[in-house]
Amino acid sequence: MPTPASRAVSGGAEVVLRLDGITKRFGPLLANDGISLTLRAGEVLALLGENGAGKTTLMNILFGHYVADSGTIEAFGRPLPPGSPKAALRAGIGMVHQHFTLADNLSVLDNVAVGTERLWRPWSDRAAAKRKLLALAQRFGLGVRPDAPVGDLSVGERQRVEILKALYRDARILILDEPTAVLTPQESAGLFDTLRKLTADGLAVVFISHKMNEVFAASDTVAVLRAGKLVATHATASTDQHRLAELMVGRAVKPPAPAALVPGAPVLELASVTVASGHGRPLLDTVDLTVRRHQVIGIAGVSGNGQTALAELVSGLIHPAGGHAALKGERIDRADPAGMVRRGVARIPEDRHSAGLVGAMAVWENLIAERYRDRDFSRLGVLRRGAARAYAREVISAFDVRCPGPDARTQLLSGGNMQKLILGRTLAHGPDLILASQPTRGLDVGAVSYVHGRLLEARARGAGVLLISEDLDEILALADSIAVIHHGRLTPLLPHGRVSVGQLGLLMAGHWDILPEIVDAA
Amino acid sequence: MRLEPRTDTPLAVRLLAPLGAVLAALALCALLVAWTGAPVLRAYGLLIEGAVGSRFALTETLTRATPLILTGLAAAVAFRAKLWNIGAEGQLYMGALAAVVLGGGMLDLPAWLLMPVVLLAGMAAGGVTLLGPAVLKVRFGVDEVVTTLLLNFVVLLFVSMLLEGALKDPMGMGWPQSAPVDPAAELPKLVERTRLHAGLAIALGLSLLLWLIDTRTIWGYENRAVGANPRAAAFAGMPVTRVMLRTALLSGGLAGLAGAAEVCGLKGYLTLDLSPGFGYSGIVVAMLAQLHPLGVVGAALFIAGIFVGADAMSRAMPVPNYIADVLVATSLLCMLVAGLLARYRLRRG
Repeated sequence: MPTPASRAVSGGAEVVLRLDGITKRFGPLLANDGISLTLRAGEVLALLGENGAGKTTLMNILFGHYVADSGTIEAFGRPLPPGSPKAALRAGIGMVHQHFTLADNLSVLDNVAVGTERLWRPWSDRAAAKRKLLALAQRFGLGVRPDAPVGDLSVGERQRVEILKALYRDARILILDEPTAVLTPQESAGLFDTLRKLTADGLAVVFISHKMNEVFAASDTVAVLRAGKLVATHATASTDQHRLAELMVGRAVKPPAPAALVPGAPVLELASVTVASGHGRPLLDTVDLTVRRHQVIGIAGVSGNGQTALAELVSGLIHPAGGHAALKGERIDRADPAGMVRRGVARIPEDRHSAGLVGAMAVWENLIAERYRDRDFSRLGVLRRGAARAYAREVISAFDVRCPGPDARTQLLSGGNMQKLILGRTLAHGPDLILASQPTRGLDVGAVSYVHGRLLEARARGAGVLLISEDLDEILALADSIAVIHHGRLTPLLPHGRVSVGQLGLLMAGHWDILPEIVDAA
Repeated sequence: MRLEPRTDTPLAVRLLAPLGAVLAALALCALLVAWTGAPVLRAYGLLIEGAVGSRFALTETLTRATPLILTGLAAAVAFRAKLWNIGAEGQLYMGALAAVVLGGGMLDLPAWLLMPVVLLAGMAAGGVTLLGPAVLKVRFGVDEVVTTLLLNFVVLLFVSMLLEGALKDPMGMGWPQSAPVDPAAELPKLVERTRLHAGLAIALGLSLLLWLIDTRTIWGYENRAVGANPRAAAFAGMPVTRVMLRTALLSGGLAGLAGAAEVCGLKGYLTLDLSPGFGYSGIVVAMLAQLHPLGVVGAALFIAGIFVGADAMSRAMPVPNYIADVLVATSLLCMLVAGLLARYRLRRG
């Protein structure tokens, strides 16, 4: 099979898009610094960079969501007026956002056609719209059911609808923002097939990513952004992962190396735990799971398969409807977040902005949020503000939180520093169990390796770690054993090394018929 | 020129925002004053003189400010916890009702104890009135804006029924008013031969106390966390429901105290015109103060001054005293805009 990387795009193909000297500032932050790029018909350009490198900003400028401070954009040889998504659409630019912009209550066809018809028309020509949609779907192998409500579709299907939406508007340049973040490995492969069909048809694709293997699987050219600057543009075939990683981060990176440890006593036991959803399928369906000391258990799965319920259960926010849960042998009898903290559970929530931290409050106030009733931080209901601030200073330096000081407002911190703040709040007290829900989502490579290091450190010290992540690479890098979650059900623990990425992908998609052979082989 | 969101609002801007809003409101209302044919500057001059220009004017403004501080605190405390209590007016009347019932000879207490008990009863009555909507909100998600607002009318009609019936003063010459409270239940005057009473001292003390609770205690800490991000507060293990109910009791209690203090300090008995909308004006006070307990004092003084000053002005000029309502309402609108603008900065280019 010819990989796209081997398909050299002829230098003579028509230039469809030219960015010249794009610069954009947000206050003191230089998000894009004089970026110039060209894109040719039939080319897949991967825009690689860490979070905050300026990839999304650049694409938002291209699509007219932002106006560049300076620089020009030309599409198909004509200058593109800045700040107008409408003009971008007219010029043949389509964008698929990371967070889909679909209306769940409308059908696929309505979602695709919405906005393309004139407002004051007595009736719409749905039959023609449907014909056009089906023809496009057929041509590019994007199977969809036009009349299905979008709310019923899987994430992979929704992405196909988003792409069709752009194609329906006659896009000749397609921008995909982190398109694989929500997909299983198999779905990602399917997406790359689609991209090949699109480029064979003469479309040009810009695809934003921070995952190296995807860049090699799907792109012809790779442009690396770092801190707002374009640091390199290479033909993908002429470079390698190692080099790109260094360009992206600006220094050498080494992957985490968990030491081999013998698992100890169980810290968390779930036996036939069921969590009802109030309607239809339970959120967690008779889940069995044991996490031991010196062990990282990875829960892999596509988003929305019960991970949130599992995390809320271990966080003490909800209590199971059936089965039981025990911490260090002691049964948990009610939903009690503060009680979980007292019993030695460090909880890293999935969403640090909305569940982890109170953005409007100071750093010190957030650091004591789980322990403000301790004698260290309050006496007779009166806060010991001096002691709390001193404690905050210690945590800030021990966990390398970059902030002006304990009185800084938390919402001004970067995502990575917020996560360090949460790590500091939870790990400073030597927990027995760590619940890490999507602990590195949205973090840059440096912060990711910091978080991973801290988790492995806690594991070495004797904590058990329950790592719930939609990032399979993260699970493979850290977990001793892996369980896959699908529709609220959990597979038995599969020892790392005995299960392939392909098998995990199938399990994540619900093909549990392969389970016996994996378990037998292990 | 472009607006850009600020990451942090400096203190100076936060203090200037209400000032700017008030000036903008005065400027806008100048158009209305001019429309009546009165000279604008002289009208505003008379207004200011009427509010603070003499000993009498000053004590009147302070008297008027007393219930406004309390209802302003009631709104500020509730709004901080995102409990949208629009029912301070009703809670105020419930507090006043409790005061006239218990202070009207029903209790046989030593004189020194009667007044505190009556005031506390007023607080309790107001607090319980808000507790109902708060319980409905936390248990069933019932919108408290609707329930508290509508309860105002229920309470007013209930009070009206009592004043026409069970509580009607037999000596009241047929007017719908209650019998006066026992003189022992009355609040002492702060300044002789004026209407200014000790309620002001209580209100000032409470705003200081609430500020201390807010910043120094775990109660205030929990309140702020729950108000700013209930999800994170619950995740950290804070008792979100308890905080909500506590806030409701406190907010309703402050409004109830406003009513009891008006009865015990000023009127001596209960009528249906005890409050010219102090409960609603309290919302404006709280918004102007940006929900800060100490800021409430300043905002209440401002609004009281406007009302008292406008009365004086309307006696001397052909400008109706309704201009005060317009001024206060315009101030609130300007404050909302100023609050928004304070969160942005102007950039060239």
